[in-house]
Amino acid sequence: MKKLINAPEAVLADALKGIEAAHADLRVDHAGRVIYRATPKDQGTVALVSGGGSGHEPLHGGFVGFGMLDAACAGEVFTSPTPDQMQAATKEVDRGAGVLHIVKNYTGDVMNFEMAAELAAMEASVDVKTIVVNDDVAVQDSLYTAGRRGVGLTVLLEKIVGAAAEQGRSLDDLVALSEKVNGEGRSMGMALTSCTVPAAGKPTFDLPDDQMEIGVGIHGEPGRHRVPLADAHHIAEQLVEPILADLDFGSSPTIVMLNGMGGTPLIELYLMYGEVAAILQKHGVTIARNLVGNYITSLDMAGCSVTVLRADDELLSLWDAPVETAGLRWGR
Amino acid sequence: MSTTLTLDGFVRWLESFRARIDEQTAYLTELDSAIGDADHGSNMARGMAAVMTKVGESPAATADELFKTVGMTLVTSVGGASGPLYGTFFLRVGMAAGPVSECDAAALAAALRAGLEGVVARGKAEAGDKTMFDALSPALDAMDAAVAAGASLEEATAAARDAAATGRDATEPLVARKGRASYLGERSAGHLDPGATSTALLFEALAEVTAA
Repeated sequence: MKKLINAPEAVLADALKGIEAAHADLRVDHAGRVIYRATPKDQGTVALVSGGGSGHEPLHGGFVGFGMLDAACAGEVFTSPTPDQMQAATKEVDRGAGVLHIVKNYTGDVMNFEMAAELAAMEASVDVKTIVVNDDVAVQDSLYTAGRRGVGLTVLLEKIVGAAAEQGRSLDDLVALSEKVNGEGRSMGMALTSCTVPAAGKPTFDLPDDQMEIGVGIHGEPGRHRVPLADAHHIAEQLVEPILADLDFGSSPTIVMLNGMGGTPLIELYLMYGEVAAILQKHGVTIARNLVGNYITSLDMAGCSVTVLRADDELLSLWDAPVETAGLRWGR
Repeated sequence: MSTTLTLDGFVRWLESFRARIDEQTAYLTELDSAIGDADHGSNMARGMAAVMTKVGESPAATADELFKTVGMTLVTSVGGASGPLYGTFFLRVGMAAGPVSECDAAALAAALRAGLEGVVARGKAEAGDKTMFDALSPALDAMDAAVAAGASLEEATAAARDAAATGRDATEPLVARKGRASYLGERSAGHLDPGATSTALLFEALAEVTAA
């Protein structure tokens, strides 16, 4: 294992120090492992808390700031944070209008956020609602699994719902908006390589040079199928077609994200975006906005994911609204 | 050999579980690499280290106090699915044991059964889902049967240990239906479940302590 680390067990603590050193508009609680906005939002507005295992940067800490999250709880690498972290973050960011928890559908994340909400309810001081994002079309047989995973759509949802929260909308409004986004977006990912969890010291799985994994999540876990490596055009087809088969995008405008898994250079991500855009257009899908880059990663995994969100004027205008975070920044 | 497990015995059980987890950290993580996300060993090792520190700092006077500390420490230090599941297990064991300083075989079996019910409430797993349930549930069935047949504490926990190991081994051919391994579909078959494997260690530790 060759990594820019001091010690495997210190990766998270050391990375949080670096995030604080790099971003003056963030405040880091190092003991609690929570990233906050340095300047809290106004009293009377709903706050957004997300979190999850580390290793997906910029998600979630890179999306804390104006127009997106108020706090992000960081777990160990690929391990969900704990209920006490989430409860502390929830109490800290509440501005009297309630707190929305944004949770990716992974067993550990859901259980820990559930326990956090139970703890918060016991104190009965903060109104907490939860949205569980589950956009991964790779998981087909959801009766016999833990359900579709929460992946790329989480980024778009945090942006859109974050913008709505800045407008002063109510917690119930934001829950409805979150459910709308979750219902209208789908993702599919693939891997060219596994990734190396620092504590494990070696790749999570072996992937021969002539093979790839289709239908991966964001934790270096093997995907749904292992298939022969193909050229970019055919990989793009294998990502886009399951998305289009799952949801009819009709003639609505869409927001499309071509996301890198962390170990793929931007030149390849742009190349893939070109392929994905061409396939979508061939199927009559209109791309109104796009995002190309590393937004929800899986450590050093090589590969990418595609997210397509059916958008209306409301979602597009919230997408275009100003945002000022380490990971997304425009319009301000 | 004694007919009850005292507070000291509970602490020795936890120490022995921690020692086994430490010994097998790499093995558990390797199992988790095959069908999960390669962190079960390191997460449980971190959790049990925190538990032993907490238990050493503030010795409990009763079983409920001890297991509440164990459960809350696991919940707040492990993360993932194992934190809430093992944490809920010990919290419920403590609640069921109550403010006592020792448990006989029947009381211990009842407390552990309450722990299992907590795990089911939290994780919604059923038999054959390829989870810790598949070691935990047969272990407690075997323990109950042994207690009903008049077995000693040592015999009952040995029966639980053996059933947990059998249950763990039986997870190998299963296709996972819960947790992260479920996303692999058929590809999850052919591997032991890491959670069932660590649960078998918990019962190895218990049997060792009651036999001492």
